[in-house]
Parts: sequence; C-alpha cells; structure tokens
Amino acid sequence: MRALRAQVVAEITMTLRRGETLLLTLGIPLLLLVFFSEVKIVSSETARPVDVVTPGILALAIMSTSMVSLGIATGFERGYGVLKRLGSTPLGTSRLLGAKIIATLLIEVLQGALIVVVGLALGWKPSGGLMGGMVAVVACIVGSVAFGGIGLFLAGRLRAEVNLAAANGLYLVFLLLGGMVVPVRILPTGLRVVAEVLPAAALSSVIRDAIGATSAYSGSWIVLLAWFVIAPVAAAFTFRFQGD
Amino acid sequence: MESAIAIRDLTVRHGDLVAVDHLSLTIGHGEVVALLGPNGAGKTTTVETLEGYRSPTSGSVSVLGFDPISERRHLVTSMGVMLQQGGVYPIMTPLQALRLFSSYYEHALSPESLLERLGLLGVATTPWRRLSGGEQQRVSLALALIGKPTVLFLDEPTAGVDLHGRHAIREVIAEQASHGTTVLITTHEMAEAQASADRVAILHRGKLALSGSLDELTGGGVFFQAPPGLDTVSLGEALSESVEETLPGRYKIMSETSPTLVAALGTWLAEQGATLGELRSGASLEDTYVGIVGDLAHEPPSEPTTSSRRTRRR
Repeated sequence: MRALRAQVVAEITMTLRRGETLLLTLGIPLLLLVFFSEVKIVSSETARPVDVVTPGILALAIMSTSMVSLGIATGFERGYGVLKRLGSTPLGTSRLLGAKIIATLLIEVLQGALIVVVGLALGWKPSGGLMGGMVAVVACIVGSVAFGGIGLFLAGRLRAEVNLAAANGLYLVFLLLGGMVVPVRILPTGLRVVAEVLPAAALSSVIRDAIGATSAYSGSWIVLLAWFVIAPVAAAFTFRFQGD
Repeated sequence: MESAIAIRDLTVRHGDLVAVDHLSLTIGHGEVVALLGPNGAGKTTTVETLEGYRSPTSGSVSVLGFDPISERRHLVTSMGVMLQQGGVYPIMTPLQALRLFSSYYEHALSPESLLERLGLLGVATTPWRRLSGGEQQRVSLALALIGKPTVLFLDEPTAGVDLHGRHAIREVIAEQASHGTTVLITTHEMAEAQASADRVAILHRGKLALSGSLDELTGGGVFFQAPPGLDTVSLGEALSESVEETLPGRYKIMSETSPTLVAALGTWLAEQGATLGELRSGASLEDTYVGIVGDLAHEPPSEPTTSSRRTRRR
C-alpha cells in the first residue's frame, strides 16, 4: 500500500509539474470553455452556447488527461528506461498501472471540478438532475478507460517522439471531429459518419445527453463501450515495457 | 549450497539471430563477476534474461534459486538493477527518486545515507536531467542498492564516470561483495573488470569464450595451444606440473615459464605427434580479451570457438 500511495503521489506531482501537461489538461479546456461560451458558434435554437460547450469540454478534459497526457508521459518513461527499471523492483506492473489509473482519475476529478465551477460561473444550467450527473460520471470513467487505452496503445508501440506527435495529432483530430466544441451535426455527411464512430464524439454526445442541452446520437453508448473494450485490450496485447 | 546465479545451456534467439548460444555459467554467492565481450556478444541479452526481461529460447536460468519470470515477485525484492542509461524520471531529483524507490521495499536503506556514500549530497535536489553523466550513473547505482539486494546487476557502472566517481563505485561494489552480495557487472572496460571482479567471463558471438579468475586469466601460468583432447594427466606427469585444458585446444600449465619447462613440453608434444601452437606466459586481461575476441572474430560464426588465440611469446 505504501508503494502504491508513493507512486500515486509521484505520478500526480510529475504530471502537475509538467507545464505542457497543465496547458493541455487545464489551460486549453478552460480557454475553450470561456471562448465558446461567449461566442455564439455552437448554440442551437433551444440551447445557449455554455450549455452545449460545458459537457463537451468535460469530454475534452477526459481525452486530454487519459489519452494525451498519460500516453505521452508513458511513452517517454518507456523511452527513458523508467518502465524497464521499475519492472525490476517490487512495485510490479499491477501497482504501476494502478497508480497511473488512480492519478489520472484524481486529476480528472480536479479538472471536472474546475470546468463545472467555471461553467456555472458562465451561466451553465446542467440538466438531467442527480441521475444525469451519475450517468455523466459513468460516461467519464468509461471514456477515461477508452482514451487511456488509446494513449497506452500508442505509447507502448511508438518511439517517444513519434508517440508525442501522434498523440497531439490525434488530439487535434478528436477535438475537431469529436463534437466537443464543433457539434457533429454541422459536419459534412462523410465526416459526420467518421466522427460518430470515434470515441471523442461518442463521449461528448453521451455526456451532453446526460447533463447538457442536446440528446445523444443513436449508437453513441455502443461506440463508447466498444472503444472501452477494444482500446485497453489492444494496449495490453501490444504494450512493450522496454524502449526501442 | 546452490549458486546465486545459474545459467544452464542457455540459448536466446531474436528471430533468426542467435544472441546467446548454449551458454552455461554459474556464479557463487558473494562473487563479483565481470561479463566482457564486444558489441553483439550476447552480454545484454544474457543479463536481461537473468533479470527476467527475456525468455530463454532453450535452456534455463535461475537467480537466487528463482526463475526470473515465473517467480519474479520473489526475486525482485532481492535484486538490484543498474541500467546502462536512464531508468529515472528526468524531472525527479536524486533524493525524490531514492525516496520513491525506497517505498517499494520493506527494508530499504536510507536515501540520505546512500547519497552521502556515493558523494551525491551536493546534487540531491538537482533534477536528474541536469546531472552530469557520472552523477547519473551514481544515482542509478544508488537506486539499485536502495532495497539491500543480495544480487546486483550492473550494466557499465563506470561508463562516463570521472576518476573520483569510479573510486566511489568500486568501493561500493567491494563493500557489497564483502556483505555477501553477488554482483554481475557487464562492461567493455578491462580496467573496470580488473579493478572490481573476482572472476571474468568473456562472451563472443553468444558463446562463452573464456571464464576464470583474474589470476587464472592474467597471472602466472603458461598458456599454449595444441590439438584438443591431449592427455593432460600424462603431460602433467611429464612436466611435474598441473595441466588443464581450459577450452578445447587451449591448455594452461600451472607454473612459471622456464627453458626447462618449454623444452619438456616440446618433447612431450613431439612424442605425441602433436604440434605446439602459440605459447605465452601470463597476460594482462586486455591481452587475454583481445586475444580471444580478436582471433575468434575471424572464425565463421557456426564453428565452435576452439581454435587458436593470439599470444605473446616471451
């Protein structure tokens, strides 16, 4: 237990000490939340921008932390030989992964709290009540696992620098096609079909359905659950602890 | 008592490449052994197999009586590993890294005392990425020692380390051995092997080319080459000295060289119809290493490493 606790503290401390990670996990989501809440780009006839954007930004925060931050950090740890070194200690794979999961979830709780507070300050009126909130939390956990799987899949196969580029590239693609700030419904048909099978669009759709202003597109839970299963399994089967 | 490290007929393949080829080696408790060999000799693969990072293709290994893969959780509490490079979070300071690693073990050493022992107190709060190469090596060694290991794997422990740091590392290795810790050092540096090891094993193309104590490899004794399989007992009687076939076709007479001995050896070989190959008396470790690796490098990979080695005539 002492080892797990120390590793969780180390993971969180290191994450919060990386400036680029703070920018990605807190700076950009909050900036986008404020910007798109104030600029009427993403509103619908029935909903104000902040009611549409806040749930989407929650999904973006989950993606930033679980996929990009976790994936890039793990990729560099693999490249630096840290994972190999840890593999020869009593920490063990299960406690290392456990620490990463706990640290990621705790950071996401912090992100979620900040986003909700800022959203409320901007006038967000969450819908769905307690049940909607619980569904949103479940969706965030499921999405976190799915994105974590994608991040670790990339980190476990690619060289650290290539992984960095791939994770950031994917972040941009998911940001634009994921319905987080740009609604999927306004995308051209071809792009919309692609977007709807991506985990980003599925997650933002189900969160928005639970506590936001619009309903989920059909099949979004199925898509999210499919990524929830496939991505971690792919990562588990392909992950390499040693660098290239 | 069972040896601390046992490698039995180990073969490890990477695809078509045979990285380790039927290697057998045992290391006793408290022994310091240096694994020498050129790049691609199979040193890293051998050590990684012992550390449990790779599976043997055939043969087996055991460390402290444990299988490094199936009994890993028992082994890691008693094993210290120092990687050649990296292995530490770049933004962590040595003190933070040691405190974190100490939390993994039930009975860890004090991080502060280890930092002091390795002359790192002055950089205890400097991030790893800002440390010099030598300081990083010493931190890496400290991390390997933090859990009070009974077996230590050190990969190029003094590479890039200044003279002062080398002395500190050598002292720590000697100290560990005096406490009964088994140390396996992988190195390219003859001086390092000579300074720290009780015994040296030279690998070449995945095979054990030579193994012996420093005295055996560098000290007294007369070394000669002749056809393999000679009757060493009969030769020993003829010379009134002990004779050993160290590798097929390579012999060692436990004696100082003298004209009488050389003459008697030549006569005995002539009687057997055997030709005397090169003959030398003692050698430095580097001479021995270059002799082995230099000569074997010219042999086809598939042939057994039994032919001549370059030697000095005195």
